[in-house]
Amino acid sequence: MKWISAIIKPFKLDEVRMALNAVGVQGLTVTDVKGFGRQKGHTELYRGAEYVVDFLPKVKVEAAVHDDVLDSAIAAIEQAAATGKIGDGKIFVFDLARAVRIRTGESGAAAI
Amino acid sequence: MNRLLAFAPVLLAALFSTPGWADGAPPAPVPNKGDTAWLITATLLVVMMATPGLGLFYGGMVRAKNMLSVLMQTLVIFCLLGVLWAVYGYSLAFTDGNAFIGGFDKLFMKGVTPETVVATFSKGVVLPEYLFASFELTFAAITPALIIGGFAERIKFSAVLIFMVLWFTFSYIPMAHMVWYWAGPDAFTSAEAAAKAGEFAGFLFNKGALDFAGGTVVHINAGVAALVGAYMVGPRIGYRRESMAPHSLTMTLVGASLLFVGWFGFNVGSALEAGATAGLAFFNTLVAACAATVAWTVIEALFKGKPSMLGAVSGAIAGLVVITPACGLVGPMGAIIMGFLGGIVCYWGVNGLKRMLGVDDSLDVFGVHGVGGILGALLTGVFASPELGGTGVWDYVANAPAAYDMGAQLVAQSWGAGTAVVWSGVVSWIAFKLIDVTIGLRVSEEDEREGLDLSAHGESAYHV
Repeated sequence: MKWISAIIKPFKLDEVRMALNAVGVQGLTVTDVKGFGRQKGHTELYRGAEYVVDFLPKVKVEAAVHDDVLDSAIAAIEQAAATGKIGDGKIFVFDLARAVRIRTGESGAAAI
Repeated sequence: MNRLLAFAPVLLAALFSTPGWADGAPPAPVPNKGDTAWLITATLLVVMMATPGLGLFYGGMVRAKNMLSVLMQTLVIFCLLGVLWAVYGYSLAFTDGNAFIGGFDKLFMKGVTPETVVATFSKGVVLPEYLFASFELTFAAITPALIIGGFAERIKFSAVLIFMVLWFTFSYIPMAHMVWYWAGPDAFTSAEAAAKAGEFAGFLFNKGALDFAGGTVVHINAGVAALVGAYMVGPRIGYRRESMAPHSLTMTLVGASLLFVGWFGFNVGSALEAGATAGLAFFNTLVAACAATVAWTVIEALFKGKPSMLGAVSGAIAGLVVITPACGLVGPMGAIIMGFLGGIVCYWGVNGLKRMLGVDDSLDVFGVHGVGGILGALLTGVFASPELGGTGVWDYVANAPAAYDMGAQLVAQSWGAGTAVVWSGVVSWIAFKLIDVTIGLRVSEEDEREGLDLSAHGESAYHV
């Protein structure tokens, strides 16, 4: 079992969800986040006051997946979230030690 | 003689009923229903400017954690000073006293009845006194509320209220008396009568300073107080280091739009009659605000690359400020030029001048109201000239326009603007100093970081 955590551009969320669904990922968790990488922030001007906004809004998509769908899930996100421009985001993968479905008590691969 | 904007409440009804009038004396003038209806409407428009208008305009420009503190301050200041206006403000501003302040004759609205009337700008035309007192109440109560933009997001609520009572009493009321108090046009029957009427008129009225709807009394007065306040209270924690971006410019636009509409009550109502001068004031107010909005948008696009919405609404407000002292006295092209200059000069007020002053006047009260007020006061002296399309000044003794001397008028306008700057500056400095050494001006650093909504008022504006 693996844990995928992908930081993507907010307007790409729907495409990423559909792509993950298509490769058999059953559920996701989405969080609005802010951050910076190589993409530069922007400047906001309010009358005489200028503020540099370093942290840009992004969406973090997280999903637990079976080992056998990992590669296709990563490929799906990569393809769906890409615009080719700087700031498309990153995908991180972790080993997942344990999973439990609260309603039934199932654990391990059966829980995801 | 000046065709100024204020007029002393004259108890004509009482006068005409005194014994001694020969049979056949003219009947006491009664208020015209059209004038009365318009002044009721105008007064309501100015009430609308205060809490929803100014509150949302300013509130949108602060951070979300201080939204309620701004709304609360505008509402409570307006209401507190509304009460004080009835208790002593109206009497000290609009009764005989000396050149600087009135007397106590109408303390607690003594002697004012539904039947008493006040003069307007036309001989033999009067308004119900309660209505005039209400209209002037809204000016007296919204002007102090303008000041809070200078020290928003860091001042103690108690300090704000104490300051406002002191400033209202020692700066607003004397300025209103100095600029607007006179005996009314009916007193000007002959040169001797005019000289006698002048004895009790306000200091700046007698100097000949023109201020149709409150450029000196309202805008310079409040702008200077805000600058002094911003300096005395000190900058916000993190000023120029942390982002203090406005939390909702949508709210700011809603508030500015309410101010824009309400301003017609303010400026056009100041004609005190639903007549020819009201029409002129209406048109001038409209085109000056439009011209200033266009001017600010163009100059911001040229200098900063992008025209901002906050810039455009700031331009509208700047244009309304600049035309306030002039709206019933200049011609429409004069008003457009004043609006354009207002947009450009106030843009400098919130950029170059603000950097030069180095003071955290958080919502640019001085840059817009102080600078725009001074510019408007001076330009009134230029564009009121009949040669430039203005009305000139009216000679109530001759019942004809007086000869217009632009140089002399500019001197008079400078007296008005200069007196407002110095008077308000000194009163504000003393009032802030007194509060600083007694209860203190600022909230604690912890409270400021948490935001005034929670730390001062125990509530939050948004739950999302």
